[in-house]
Amino acid sequence: MKSWIAFWNILAKDMRTYYLKPPNISWGIIFPLAWTGMFFIKTGSGLERIATILPGVVAVSILFGTTSMLAVTVTFEKKNRSFERLLLAPIPLEILMLAKTSGAIIMGSVNAFVPIAMALFLTDLSNVFWGAFIPAVLMIAVASTFLGLFIAVAVSEVFEAQTFSNFFRFPMIFLCGLFFPIERLPMLLKPLAYVFPLTYGVDVLHGAVNGRHLMPFALDLVILGGFCVGLFALSLYNIKKRWIK
Amino acid sequence: MNPENGIAIAVTGLAKRFDDVAAVAGVDFKVRSGELFGFLGPNGAGKTTTINMLTGLARPDAGSIRIGGIDCSGNPRAAQHLVGVVPDESNLYPELTGFENLCFCASLYGLAKRERETRARRLLDDFDLTRAADRKFAGYSKGMKRKLTIAAGIIHRPDILFLDEPTTGIDVASARQLRQLVSELHRQGTTIFLTTHYIEEAERLCDRIAFIVEGRIVRIETVADLIQPLQARQSLQLACANPVDRIPSDLDGRFPDFEFSLTRKGYIRVTSDGPIGVGPLVRFLEDSSYVVTEARRLRPSLEDIFMKITGLEADVMRKEKEKGGKGK
Repeated sequence: MKSWIAFWNILAKDMRTYYLKPPNISWGIIFPLAWTGMFFIKTGSGLERIATILPGVVAVSILFGTTSMLAVTVTFEKKNRSFERLLLAPIPLEILMLAKTSGAIIMGSVNAFVPIAMALFLTDLSNVFWGAFIPAVLMIAVASTFLGLFIAVAVSEVFEAQTFSNFFRFPMIFLCGLFFPIERLPMLLKPLAYVFPLTYGVDVLHGAVNGRHLMPFALDLVILGGFCVGLFALSLYNIKKRWIK
Repeated sequence: MNPENGIAIAVTGLAKRFDDVAAVAGVDFKVRSGELFGFLGPNGAGKTTTINMLTGLARPDAGSIRIGGIDCSGNPRAAQHLVGVVPDESNLYPELTGFENLCFCASLYGLAKRERETRARRLLDDFDLTRAADRKFAGYSKGMKRKLTIAAGIIHRPDILFLDEPTTGIDVASARQLRQLVSELHRQGTTIFLTTHYIEEAERLCDRIAFIVEGRIVRIETVADLIQPLQARQSLQLACANPVDRIPSDLDGRFPDFEFSLTRKGYIRVTSDGPIGVGPLVRFLEDSSYVVTEARRLRPSLEDIFMKITGLEADVMRKEKEKGGKGK
């Protein structure tokens, strides 16, 4: 019970001081709009293509919305030593880090529904299989957040976290089937696509919106879950090794 | 807390290396329950590393730590519910107000909302910060920041409080108020582990003092026992109008029973096991063209012990710290 009081207050503090700030909220709205607009201009296509690009825009919104924030909520707090205050509290490290990442998971998930809300006004989404779409959104948010955590813990400076994040984010965008189908990737790059957690989330999103997917939904979600557990465990290991050394 | 035989902290063979440097090299000490224990040493002596190991922020390479009877050797964070920590830099959240910071820190120890708020208000009142309660921490003065950081360290009413340089870099009035607050906590029975660069602060507040030099404890005693050997010795300090950059060469020959040394400020310090006659000394110096402006008998202090043990003058260490030098 005591740990959960701490959990809730860490989450509430982070939401207030970092996530619910006007720049973050506006970023959450502008970012999907910019991506959608960019895609339309590039392809010259019409509103009928919205359903095709929706999974990509949703996934990218989550990916950027989550990974960027951990550099602030973790790396920045570590740098200015306020994170020490959390490490000194009698809270299991697992619960502490879940509290520090829950804000990003929530915001990532909310970001995902911004393009969906926009799409609802422009196209018919009645054929979307929400039973797969929503779990995929949540799992992508968790996996991306834990990827952000892994990066935030591995570096010392906020700018390093941002740079290191891009090292993962940009290859992932182009290789995980978001905008280019994995089947059409060069042979050499295909195996690389399966190294990224986003590939499995995007597969579910494509399947739920357009009916085209490479693997069964359950398998995609189980693999994505494996990435979540692995990245979180690796981050905890790094915290114990690097920060309590 | 379940202290073993009245021992709040027991440390045996504690060691920690950073690459090739032994920051702490086999330290042993015990802190009694309710004691105010001073931990003194020059920059880089291993004070902060020791505190970090005791509070679970660092993992020892060797040795054992028992806090309140709990063995923390395997799990450095095992006794964190018993301790409060005031770090050497105020590390509260700049975006939160003073009141919110205290409530947040209390929540980390699982206190319920009403209890958090009651304690936060009382502490703000005790620390004379009520009027700044709703101001953001970022806008606080250095002294106010230190006070709020101490309040945050004790809001969960810890049995053992670690205070790392609580008065460094703040104004005289705030420092005095903080010392009074530390004394009050001590009176209430809190075990306090204090590191400080201010020798006179340690002398005034502490029951016992450990001196750490190059990662090793060189002396642990009560303040009275540390000073006692010096009580029999007489000390005198002479200030001259014209600068003194070396001890006049013939002083030793003229006064063979006295020991002469020069302080960094250019004062001549005279020590002796017997009485020191001021008149002959002053006359001798004035005959040698020195203008003696002041002759002051010195009370034996911890500073003398500190100088003897570390070879450093206390004000040199204090200045280093205030310039921003940090301990290991």
